[in-house]
Amino acid sequence: MKYLKGFKKYYGQKIMWYLITLIFAIVLNFVLPRLMPGDPVASIAAGSVSGMTDATAIQKVLNDYAEKFGVNEPMIVQFGIWAKNAIRGDFGVSFGQYPRTVADIIRSSVGWTLALQLPAILVGWILGNLLGAVAAYIRGAFDKVILPVFLFVSNFPAFGMAIILLTVFGINLKWFPTSGGYGFDLIPNMSWEFIRSVISHYQLPFWSIVLITIGGQAIGMRSMAIYELNADYVKYSRFLGIKDRKIVGYVFRNAMLPQITGLAMSLGTMMGGALVAEIIFSYPGIGSTLMTAVRGQDYPLISACTLIITVMVLLANLFVELIYGVIDPRVKAAQQD
Amino acid sequence: MKNTLRQVFHSPKFVIGFVIFAALLLTTIIYPIVVTADPLEMVGNGNFFKPGTYVSVKDAVEGTRYTLNIDVKSGSLDNKISAEDKEAMKEWLLKFGGLTEADIDTDDVEGLIGLWEANYSADAQQKGLTASKKKYYVRLNNSIDGILLDNDVIIARENPETGELEQSATVGSREFVNTKDVANRRTFILGTDNFGRDVLTELVQATKTSLRVGIIAGVIATLIGLFLGLISGYVGGVVDDIIMFITNMFTVIPSFVLLILISYSVGQNARGVNLVGIIIGLTSWTWTTRSVRSQVISLRNRDHVNLSKLSGHSMMRIVLTDILPYLASYVVMAFILQISSGILSEAQLSMLGLGPSTSTAATLGLMMNWATAYAAPLNGSWWAYFPVVVTIALIAFSLNLMNTGLDQVFNPQLRD
Repeated sequence: MKYLKGFKKYYGQKIMWYLITLIFAIVLNFVLPRLMPGDPVASIAAGSVSGMTDATAIQKVLNDYAEKFGVNEPMIVQFGIWAKNAIRGDFGVSFGQYPRTVADIIRSSVGWTLALQLPAILVGWILGNLLGAVAAYIRGAFDKVILPVFLFVSNFPAFGMAIILLTVFGINLKWFPTSGGYGFDLIPNMSWEFIRSVISHYQLPFWSIVLITIGGQAIGMRSMAIYELNADYVKYSRFLGIKDRKIVGYVFRNAMLPQITGLAMSLGTMMGGALVAEIIFSYPGIGSTLMTAVRGQDYPLISACTLIITVMVLLANLFVELIYGVIDPRVKAAQQD
Repeated sequence: MKNTLRQVFHSPKFVIGFVIFAALLLTTIIYPIVVTADPLEMVGNGNFFKPGTYVSVKDAVEGTRYTLNIDVKSGSLDNKISAEDKEAMKEWLLKFGGLTEADIDTDDVEGLIGLWEANYSADAQQKGLTASKKKYYVRLNNSIDGILLDNDVIIARENPETGELEQSATVGSREFVNTKDVANRRTFILGTDNFGRDVLTELVQATKTSLRVGIIAGVIATLIGLFLGLISGYVGGVVDDIIMFITNMFTVIPSFVLLILISYSVGQNARGVNLVGIIIGLTSWTWTTRSVRSQVISLRNRDHVNLSKLSGHSMMRIVLTDILPYLASYVVMAFILQISSGILSEAQLSMLGLGPSTSTAATLGLMMNWATAYAAPLNGSWWAYFPVVVTIALIAFSLNLMNTGLDQVFNPQLRD
């Protein structure tokens, strides 16, 4: 019972902390773009007053816009209105893709991003850790040849790997389509043809993210595992005559822990890279949406994109930390005190 | 100090990384001295010219000509008839020419052309071919005939008075020009980009600018990280709690998002190369803060620090003389990684269209952005983006190697 209570406290604290962080992130998301020099509403309104010559009419349009966007209220009131709408999922109307609402655009792209990045990062992470562990255990040729290759590959930016895969497998070998999330001649439905198209469009973006994730993880895991293999408890276990297999099991369990923390800490960076890789393939996810928004100066859409990315990263982080609480015996022990 | 340096330069990883990085850096310094052309000058009138040497056609025609007894036919056949054309010819010959697979060898152009000339006829019964396909074969046949025709090319000038064409020279198929004789020529080792700029010259300048962004970002991030880490670790207590709370927050809030928000907020016009570097630095100090703090905590109760405290030295002095030297290796390593991630961040920002807005300098990210915006991969212009990707990877690779090398020197447990 005491044990359970400890866990509750641990999880409660974690969730509280993430909530505070989320609120902080939301405030930043609201305040930063409003610090932009010049009046954003004036520049938007400039479009509709172009050609008008009557000064009072122009002023009237400007006032009308200011009222519509609520910029004549104090900042704190604006925030209140904005937050209230945001909670209901109302992020306003997109400037660039008028009259679509921002929420609608986000809804249609967030699924693509999640379906692409979550599996890709996980597969890359698992493969990388296995490879690193094997490299640490076998050493020799495997360690000397394959690891430097992955070290080099992992230094490619995600979009660089994407563009290389695109050139080789998409354009030269014509194995996979080069852009989009599904064939341009199809309408999303549940037919086999559509699913097949989605799968073949999925391959290049997926593998480009996996490949660059593998390298970094393998290197981290290798040095962690080597570090652990030299630890006293390993020597002691060998001395006791415990089977090699069992020792390797202990070693990897211990080496895994920092890797999980590493995953949590680098998730944001990884996602950022993968989002940019989406652009190369014009994949219909958040990354491509973000680029369109930036090109079109579509400020409500940019703000919603950054917010949704933040929420995704925070949720993923929270998830990793909650899992960590279960697997790390030290957290368990700390809660029992 | 001397000893540490010697140790560092004995690490093969560090040395390899250092050599690659130094080579890149030297190139960015020496190349502009040799090639003084403006890197952003739009030389090519059109986009994505292939790599190679371009010679003035007029100079070539008017220059000294040499006759060489070389078979030029198969060379130009090879050049002008693509692999797809060859396959199409083979297909026609199999279907309508009555030939078998064994007769046709697509690798032997002259043989294939011979078969084609012997068998093809536009009037033949071509069942199952669309009209457009039939026309394609007619066109192909015409172009083959054109190549096979051994006529001289006539060079003519317009007489300014009468407006009539006057033949000034004829060019036979075996006449050659020595490229050294051609006064006007220009070599684009990596072709030109979408604006018609020399990619190699642009790339060198972009590397230099990107390195500057990386170094500015690295210096700022390291300074902030070091400062916060030292205070947090050494002072402890409430100060530590507050700093760590903020640091943890900025670790989880993706710096990518902050970068986008801040870059967008400062506005297109203000976003110069230096400012982008500063923004990147301002969003990437958390790692340094964390590692410096944990190092300081393990150092602050060491005997020599306590001794210093007992001697009444000021906090400033203790931090500077008793703690900082022990951190030097960590700080250098963090700085190296910050440079590399700074360059990457710039590239990602530029891909989104939030990179430095400058008309005087290119960066690696901007080059990537232009190449993708003009669909360089889709039209096969690998020279516009591949060298850029490799340069980014090489910079990151060399810096990471240096970092790993240093890590092995300072953490003996990681040594092989």
